[in-house]
Amino acid sequence: MHPPLSPLVAPQRPNSNLTEFTSARDIERAFRAICLLALLLPLLLLLVLLVDAVVDASSRLSWQFLSSFPSRHPEQAGILAALAGTGALMVLTAALAIPIGVGAALYLEEYASENRLTSLIEINISNLAGVPSIIYGLLGLEVFVRALAMGRSLLAGAATLALLVLPMVIMASREALRTVPLSIREASYALGADRWQTLRRVVLPMCLPGILTGIILALARAIGETAPLITIGALTYVAFLPDSLMSGFTALPIQIFNWISRPQAGFHANAAAGIVVLLFMMLLLNGIAIWLRMRLQRRIYW
Amino acid sequence: MRPSRNAGLEVELATPRALSERLVQWLMLLCGLLSIVTTGGIVAILLYESAGFFREVGLRAFLFDSQWTPLFTDKHFGIWPLVAGTFLTTLIAVAVAMPLGLLAAIYLSEFAATGARRILKPVLEILAGVPTVVYGYFALTFVTPLLQKVVPGLAGFNALSPGLVMGIMILPIVASLSEDAIFAVPPSLREGAYALGASKLPTIFRVVLPSAISGIAASIILGFSRAIGETMIVAIAAGLQPRLTLDPRVPVETMTAYIVQVSLGDTPTGTIEYKTIFAVGMALFLMTLVLNLLSFHMRRRILKGGLS
Repeated sequence: MHPPLSPLVAPQRPNSNLTEFTSARDIERAFRAICLLALLLPLLLLLVLLVDAVVDASSRLSWQFLSSFPSRHPEQAGILAALAGTGALMVLTAALAIPIGVGAALYLEEYASENRLTSLIEINISNLAGVPSIIYGLLGLEVFVRALAMGRSLLAGAATLALLVLPMVIMASREALRTVPLSIREASYALGADRWQTLRRVVLPMCLPGILTGIILALARAIGETAPLITIGALTYVAFLPDSLMSGFTALPIQIFNWISRPQAGFHANAAAGIVVLLFMMLLLNGIAIWLRMRLQRRIYW
Repeated sequence: MRPSRNAGLEVELATPRALSERLVQWLMLLCGLLSIVTTGGIVAILLYESAGFFREVGLRAFLFDSQWTPLFTDKHFGIWPLVAGTFLTTLIAVAVAMPLGLLAAIYLSEFAATGARRILKPVLEILAGVPTVVYGYFALTFVTPLLQKVVPGLAGFNALSPGLVMGIMILPIVASLSEDAIFAVPPSLREGAYALGASKLPTIFRVVLPSAISGIAASIILGFSRAIGETMIVAIAAGLQPRLTLDPRVPVETMTAYIVQVSLGDTPTGTIEYKTIFAVGMALFLMTLVLNLLSFHMRRRILKGGLS
């Protein structure tokens, strides 16, 4: 949220015909161009990356690729098991992370008083957001796979990913809760509602799009996570669809990594095709989030 | 800290009327406490498993051996080759992300029109959202072959290519946080410089950037931390060969990539190979924790208004 630029940002120089000043202005223009280049270069690389993946993938992107199980022969292999695994993981991760994340955000924003426990929780959440994802994998391996005896199951994978995205969900939900003004709450209290009724019937519905945006962005991150799933031992060769919470699974990024690790060029084309599908899903989620945010901005009615 | 929004109503609503209301409040507190349980869990499992490791191997062998070969018959447990691999790739990444990120931040906050800024910043953030396995593929199959045409003696797996690609990955973090810091510099400082006759560039370099320096440093430290913890790019393109070197052209292995390598094999739990990943994880966790806390502390100083 930037305030409008200061009117003094580009001071007018009355004597700009002097050589000294002209050259200073040239240097300024050159520096501005360098800055713009620094900004555009990574974006250009992103474009190159996309084009490169699509070109490599062009021979493999087909319905057969989407609807086949993996195979020893690259041209017969597909991502059906990986897609099903990723889909199931996302649903389970959301089911675990949403109630816990929104609950924690509600506690911190609406109930917590300013004491040491609250500030401990707050600092802790921002620290957790910076822990490398592979460390979450080690946690999942010890706690979910071994101690809670879930094995290398969908549930263990989803629980690990849920812990990973929880800080994001909590922070986004808190942002959303803060947008509901006090006057709306006061109106609800004045009508005799208690705090929980106010939250459930007034505050939550009003900031739902904001919370949803945060959740979708968190899932867009979870969908590409590879390292923690490898660490908890997701399978790399799966020729069945997951049929229960305890079923073994693979996921799209794991399948892509498996194909990249093989020397044959055919598998690299498969990896590229998998990447195109993964990027499409990620961009789709991001698109939905942007659309929701725009809708949200239009519907401010207070 | 932010005062509670409901501060004015605290008196009337402090004691919830219904039992269900109190129950809800307790459930929410539990959700909040889960984050502390998570941190506690991470510390506990890392301590527990690496304690087992150090009982068998000893801290001396971990810190004073120059070889890392736990997966071979002749086992050595010196962490330095993995640390060297991590720092080599990280330094390359920061060497890319720091100048580019800072220049991009200057453009966004000092030159770009508000409309352009509103489009460019989210687009830049897409870079941070691209799955790292995708960057790994890009490094291995596109950047490495390209670099091999320019850099003599560059191996198929090396530190240079994943380092460069990792730099692109952390660039949005550096750019975005630096931009926040630069934009937080009060306009009055700029106006003062203009009033003294300074033109735009001297104002940026002598007034704005020095005032924002702690925020910029915080963004770079956070970039460091992300690069150290990044896993898939280096696991795919750097080669999985622990080597005590600073030569960016040869295969190396980072701490994170080692954890992936062991996880991919079928290492039975309780063996020394299994415990090594927790000892390495502990070292990784400590490094990123220190950097994150440092960065957090520096950014908090800005938020508290240390600038004015």
